[in-house]
Amino acid sequence: MLLDWLYVAVFAVVGVVMAGLPLALVWALAPRAEYPQKHLTYESGVVPFGQAWAQFNIRYYLFALVFVLFEVEVIYLFPWAVVFRDFITQRLGGFVLAEAALFIVILGMGLLYAWRKGALEWV
Amino acid sequence: MSWLWEIFKATLAAVAVFTFLALVGAMLGVYLERKISGWIQSRLGPKHVGPQGILQTVADTVKLLQKENIVPTNADAITFNVAPLMAAVAGLLAWIIIPFGPIFGRVVIVRDINIGLLFFIAMASLIVIAILLGGWSSNNKYALLGGFRSASQMISYEIPLALAVLVPVMMAGTLSTVGIVEAQRGGWLGIGNWFIFGLPGNRWLLIPGALAFLVFFTAATAEVNRVPFDLPEAESELVAGYFSEYTGMRFALFQLGEYAEAFAMAALTTVLFLGGWHGPLLPGVVWFFTKMFALVFVLMWVRWTYPRLRLDQLLHLSWKGLVPLGFVLVLVTGWLLI
Repeated sequence: MLLDWLYVAVFAVVGVVMAGLPLALVWALAPRAEYPQKHLTYESGVVPFGQAWAQFNIRYYLFALVFVLFEVEVIYLFPWAVVFRDFITQRLGGFVLAEAALFIVILGMGLLYAWRKGALEWV
Repeated sequence: MSWLWEIFKATLAAVAVFTFLALVGAMLGVYLERKISGWIQSRLGPKHVGPQGILQTVADTVKLLQKENIVPTNADAITFNVAPLMAAVAGLLAWIIIPFGPIFGRVVIVRDINIGLLFFIAMASLIVIAILLGGWSSNNKYALLGGFRSASQMISYEIPLALAVLVPVMMAGTLSTVGIVEAQRGGWLGIGNWFIFGLPGNRWLLIPGALAFLVFFTAATAEVNRVPFDLPEAESELVAGYFSEYTGMRFALFQLGEYAEAFAMAALTTVLFLGGWHGPLLPGVVWFFTKMFALVFVLMWVRWTYPRLRLDQLLHLSWKGLVPLGFVLVLVTGWLLI
């Protein structure tokens, strides 16, 4: 069990090293010719106008809010889906499904609410 | 010192998988992409480097290694440098739970994690953070817009993706990828018990099975930012999207991450719905790679068949189409299983 996550950790470290290797090669091989214009950001060939980090309206923030709700609730369905077959063998399938259906219907009403309120429209 | 031995084995496995991804995922993937694009558009594609141009991507890699690494003065240097590494590592980590099939009676897989599918979905969403970091830290307006578009698109399609995964999980009763493939063993020619065809003795499950396959594959295409869902890097409007400012090898690392993710999605679709390594006559590993490459081909085929969606259409398809459909599929599967 814990060993699995050791593998994940080793993979992350080895991945960074392996992905870093070509970058090190570039550092060793690639030519360098520095002049200030090269380090400007690209803006269709003209000198960049101001910073990109200005305030602007992120129009999909409502999607982000709805996403957080639904993603959390889908995660709750995962353990239910795993044990569902065990409950069927114990002849409790209908009861357990009804509980999940209740949960999903409440979720669906939430989605309908967001839909009616126009949260799912790209304005 | 058994844990040292385990670390050694894990390192070997990581190096092997990374090499596999760099060679098969990125290099062969790019070559196939260009060759298939050429074939669909009645032209030849790469032809001159090596027989049939097969060494084209090797030449490209050598070229990219010689390119100067430019960090814009305006950019946030640390995040700018971390983002491509993160994309590549996220693509690599997703492969931990992919089972390739049995060789000498043992299933080839890095680790059969008991919550493997949940882990895969988590790693698939890690690449969003890399893209968002890359887009934001470039301090370039095109890159920023590309990064934000990507975030809105990927979070919208993660929910149908997770919902479609629930259908095979309910049929098999496990989150382990090996367990799910084992549950699809047998049947007519080793094909009959694939989850896309339902369960033996309960053929009505074919309907949610096949529909979940379609939902999953659509959402997976959107997750890996491929046409018709390639708005984040829409080259006709946003230059190159979130990696506009990346040069040489860093750009290649982003590409590696995306191809690794695209191949991983094809592999997971095979595992979840198409019976993994099960099939008649041929050895399991051959079947697994055949199915995976068939799905990769479909991804490339779709690219030249459908035009890019508009952003509002894209979000509507997910929130008003796939998400409600996904919930209905979960309930229908449950009802049919009882």
